[in-house]
Amino acid sequence: MPDGLDARRNAAMPCRRPPAVLLVGIAYFTTAAFSDRQVMTLFIEQCLNGVQFGLLLFLLAAGLTLVFGIMDLVNLAHGSLYMLGAYFAATFAAWTGSFVFAAVLALAATLVVGMTVEVIVMRRLYGRDHLDHVLGTFGLLLFFDEAVRLIWGPAGITLPLPPWLNTPVQILPGIQYSAYRLTLIGLTLATAAFLNVLVMHTRVGMLIRAGASNREMVGALGVNIKVLFTLVFGLGAALAGLAGLMQAPIFTAQIGMGENILIIAFVITVIGGIGSVRGAFMAAIIVGFVDTLGRAFFPDLLRLMLSKDAASTAAPALSSMLIYLLMAVVLVVRPDGLFPVRK
Amino acid sequence: MRKDLLVASAALMLAAVPAVAQQKSIKIGFISTFSGPTAVIGNDMRNSFELALDHMGRKMGGLPVEVIYKDDQQKPDVGKQVTDELIESDRVDFVVGYIWSNVLLASLKPAADSKTFIISANAGPSQIAGELCSPYFFTTSWQGDQTPQAMGTYMNSKGVKSVFLIGPNYAAGKDMLAGMESTFTGKVVGRELTTWPAQLDFSAELAKAKAANPDAIFVFYPGNAGVQFLNQYAQAGLKDKIPLYTSFTIDELSLPLQKELALGVPGAQEWVNDLPVPANKRFVVDFQKKFSGHKPSFYGAQSYDAANLIASAVSATKGNLSDKAAVQKALEKADFQSVRGDFKFGNNHFPIQSFYLQEAVAEEGGGFALKTVATIVKDSQDSFHEKCPMD
Repeated sequence: MPDGLDARRNAAMPCRRPPAVLLVGIAYFTTAAFSDRQVMTLFIEQCLNGVQFGLLLFLLAAGLTLVFGIMDLVNLAHGSLYMLGAYFAATFAAWTGSFVFAAVLALAATLVVGMTVEVIVMRRLYGRDHLDHVLGTFGLLLFFDEAVRLIWGPAGITLPLPPWLNTPVQILPGIQYSAYRLTLIGLTLATAAFLNVLVMHTRVGMLIRAGASNREMVGALGVNIKVLFTLVFGLGAALAGLAGLMQAPIFTAQIGMGENILIIAFVITVIGGIGSVRGAFMAAIIVGFVDTLGRAFFPDLLRLMLSKDAASTAAPALSSMLIYLLMAVVLVVRPDGLFPVRK
Repeated sequence: MRKDLLVASAALMLAAVPAVAQQKSIKIGFISTFSGPTAVIGNDMRNSFELALDHMGRKMGGLPVEVIYKDDQQKPDVGKQVTDELIESDRVDFVVGYIWSNVLLASLKPAADSKTFIISANAGPSQIAGELCSPYFFTTSWQGDQTPQAMGTYMNSKGVKSVFLIGPNYAAGKDMLAGMESTFTGKVVGRELTTWPAQLDFSAELAKAKAANPDAIFVFYPGNAGVQFLNQYAQAGLKDKIPLYTSFTIDELSLPLQKELALGVPGAQEWVNDLPVPANKRFVVDFQKKFSGHKPSFYGAQSYDAANLIASAVSATKGNLSDKAAVQKALEKADFQSVRGDFKFGNNHFPIQSFYLQEAVAEEGGGFALKTVATIVKDSQDSFHEKCPMD
């Protein structure tokens, strides 16, 4: 738990100073890439893919880390809220026929589901140890998977994009990029900025930070800590729902879609430092980059050393290990994560 | 209280009396994926298998049939575990099913070692067609290289000069891309394998394909991954630029989700629901009747054939399944009406069969359907059968 003053600094999330290593790396690759036009185009596109994936992961990890850092609760069912966001959006889109309207409704719906879950289930888990959290929320995860199967069936549903989002746009001469993925980048950045303002510059944010530092004291000062926790959990749920509904047009809504991505979100909270939203932001971007660029360029690198067949078989396996290797290195070098919340 | 215990233990003892040597019923273990996003495929296979049993009055060779369904969770270790369980504790006469080649590869040994007949209703890895072939293994599907080989042949005829290949990194993915490369006469300008089944974002691979600027892209993405691939292929703006050719990416289960994105994307298949074969008409019509208008998929057709293949062997041996050599002989004859027409096995117990070009079309009144467009190859036999020592 952070104490009052430090929490203010650490629960913050803007990324004014990315680590120098990252900058040098990016600069090196960019110079190398600019020597060949086609390689450059590909490189810029892959960087955008990395940023988009990273920002999406941030939405998931932010909710996870907020809930863990402030309420000391391990929530395995966070991925279920991501899944619900996708299903709600697809359903509302089919009802209303409007993508934007459906997204807003789905966001509200996951917020409500999140707060309901907090009131009915999570409250009973706060005082108990982490093993109980894991068991309880794992049960919730199974419950949501089955509930979705009962309501929507096992096949999954699609969320078609409106035509104005379903086309590529020219971002630089010769470089086309999916309009939808660009929109995602813009929206997630806006959400990150909103979170920053909310946590750092509003009364609710102040209470959240105070509640994180000393729950009892805030309660003694007359603040309804129960309501506050419900709000925080709802906020985390809405963020997960937002991530889910934004992924739905790319992946389609599927049962269990939250489980694989939740593992990566946990990796991010560990790399960024548990409880730190700023850490989650930085770690998400790093992980997004490492994963996407690893997948994109690692096979070519391996091909220089191994035979063609061996390289194309080994590359996906190795590149999917990269983020876990990164986590292992971070755990050895900085066990509290890159941007730890000071104790 | 004591009386209850006595009754209970008596009942238990009765249940534990060993089955008499005479075969009283046919016991079949059916392994497929019944949980997670690909459970849709498992359900379709189970539905088709059940329909086949309905069609034969739920009896094979006059004996009642009992089927035990088990979920492999799309994981090789779980698949092997439930295969062991079915063989050792349920003592089934046949194990059937298997969508995924990696699950089948893990499950082959326990079945073959215990001399239990194992019948694949989908997966067809090259290893089992070749050096790992077994007298106890049969398949009613295909060998994984064959379908993309047909696609490669078709692409040659369309004058495609260069191709970029994308597929999942597991046994079937490698077979599919290798099969495609073996018949395609143009240049393969890139080859990407993705982490399976976890990776659903193909943006990095699509960007590379776009940069390589080939005449065509060829993919193999079964199940929900096929839906996600087509979505992202369209969103990346490639739909009007680089034509897509596929195998096992568009089927009756994924088509309702892919919708218009599947239009104009060719695929190769050994069975399409409109094949003009009497057994097939009965299968497709009754399937739609029984399962609220849903059309069966090729996974289902292969499962339906698997049930009929087993029934043919049970009838031929008059239910005497302890004579393994006789059962094997009967299975090799494939004396049943397949939904794809004539059906015969090669020396490795893989079918020798035709492959068709299929395309998605929009139906009147909404909805989409798959139609046979042409026959690409006739009597195709897999290229691994020579490595199989059986004759």
